[in-house]
Amino acid sequence: MPEEDMFLAKIFNKHKFQVIEGWAKFQLTSSTMRAGLLSEAELRRQSGEFVEEFKDAVQEGSIDNINTSSWQNVRELLTGFSKSRAELGFSASETATFIFSFKQPLLQIISSDKEMSAEQITEAMWKATVLVDQLGLYTVEQYQKTRESIIARQQRELLELSTPVVQLWPGIISLPLIGTLDSERTQMVMENLLQKISDTNSQIAIIDITGVSTVDTLVAQHLLKTVSAARLMGAECYISGISSEIAQTMVHLGVQLGDIVTKSSLADAFALAMRRMGLTVMQVKQ
Amino acid sequence: MERIPILKMGDFLLVTIQVDMHDRLAETLQEDLSERIIRDRAKAVLIDISSLQMVDSFIGRMLGKIASISGILDAVTVVVGMQPAVAITLVELGLSLKGVRTALNVERGMELLRSSLEGFSGVTQDGEE
Repeated sequence: MPEEDMFLAKIFNKHKFQVIEGWAKFQLTSSTMRAGLLSEAELRRQSGEFVEEFKDAVQEGSIDNINTSSWQNVRELLTGFSKSRAELGFSASETATFIFSFKQPLLQIISSDKEMSAEQITEAMWKATVLVDQLGLYTVEQYQKTRESIIARQQRELLELSTPVVQLWPGIISLPLIGTLDSERTQMVMENLLQKISDTNSQIAIIDITGVSTVDTLVAQHLLKTVSAARLMGAECYISGISSEIAQTMVHLGVQLGDIVTKSSLADAFALAMRRMGLTVMQVKQ
Repeated sequence: MERIPILKMGDFLLVTIQVDMHDRLAETLQEDLSERIIRDRAKAVLIDISSLQMVDSFIGRMLGKIASISGILDAVTVVVGMQPAVAITLVELGLSLKGVRTALNVERGMELLRSSLEGFSGVTQDGEE
């Protein structure tokens, strides 16, 4: 290690507790402190752990690049911190400030060092700043990664929840669709519906689009495909719940639904399905 | 050579595809079936494809062709027991088999054939030219 990079190691030999104390104090009084999410004891523990690892790293190797093996432990620690913060609901800047605020005690101690000349102090401050910036950016990156994985998981869960197939009567199943239909979701809807048709041996499937906000040409095409596939399996497929707006939009767009049976309400479609199966609903006299 | 058996049940011909279809087998089936419709004076053909897990465009077209040939020879075709994955594949391939009747299983297929042959009195139902 070059001689001029040794200053950090020296500082930590002499002033380790001063750094920890100064940093903890600064964080506790800072506006980004979230006492409700992270207790003071926990914050002090995390700060202490970080300073320990940081000290080992600066004594071992280069302070120019944090991607070297001597920084491995620090990186792992930061990954853990950002993960737990992302899950606790900290914002990206709050998470980053945790590391950036480390500059304050560090620079303070460097500037008050009597053994270094003014030039050396400037040089040292710059190096320390670059190092802490790197660590801060690394933390934000890890935070982002955790957030992305959380979002991906939620999307998957939503997709699974959003395509329920319900049996209305033996031989009649219904698929109420809610929200917007994109290709991925439609694919899933199609597979679910067809699988359910074959599982329950249903002759009639009703796709209810009451909860679908918009129908464009693509969605109409997907619906057509689903209906054709159901027909190939030997089931009839009706589409119900077409609102007046959707009917108008479809005509405007020139969407052709061909010979698919469409009904304005699920009740109408169900009544038709009952008739097709030779069933009838009667009022019982009281 | 490998052949798919064609069973006669009254006025119906029953074909159960239980092996993976390859092109040669499909062509043989088409030829055999056309001959049998004439020889047995069959009124209907029921093709069970419930064990078929995979189709390609050739097999899809073959099903359509068999239906058209049967139609010309005055027999109704019903395809039964298509698997969801097969149905999706056919639709994605653009083969929605217009003109082929379908049913969920052999039992339903038989019902469908019986009911469609009930009103049959020597005149085809299609009034178009």
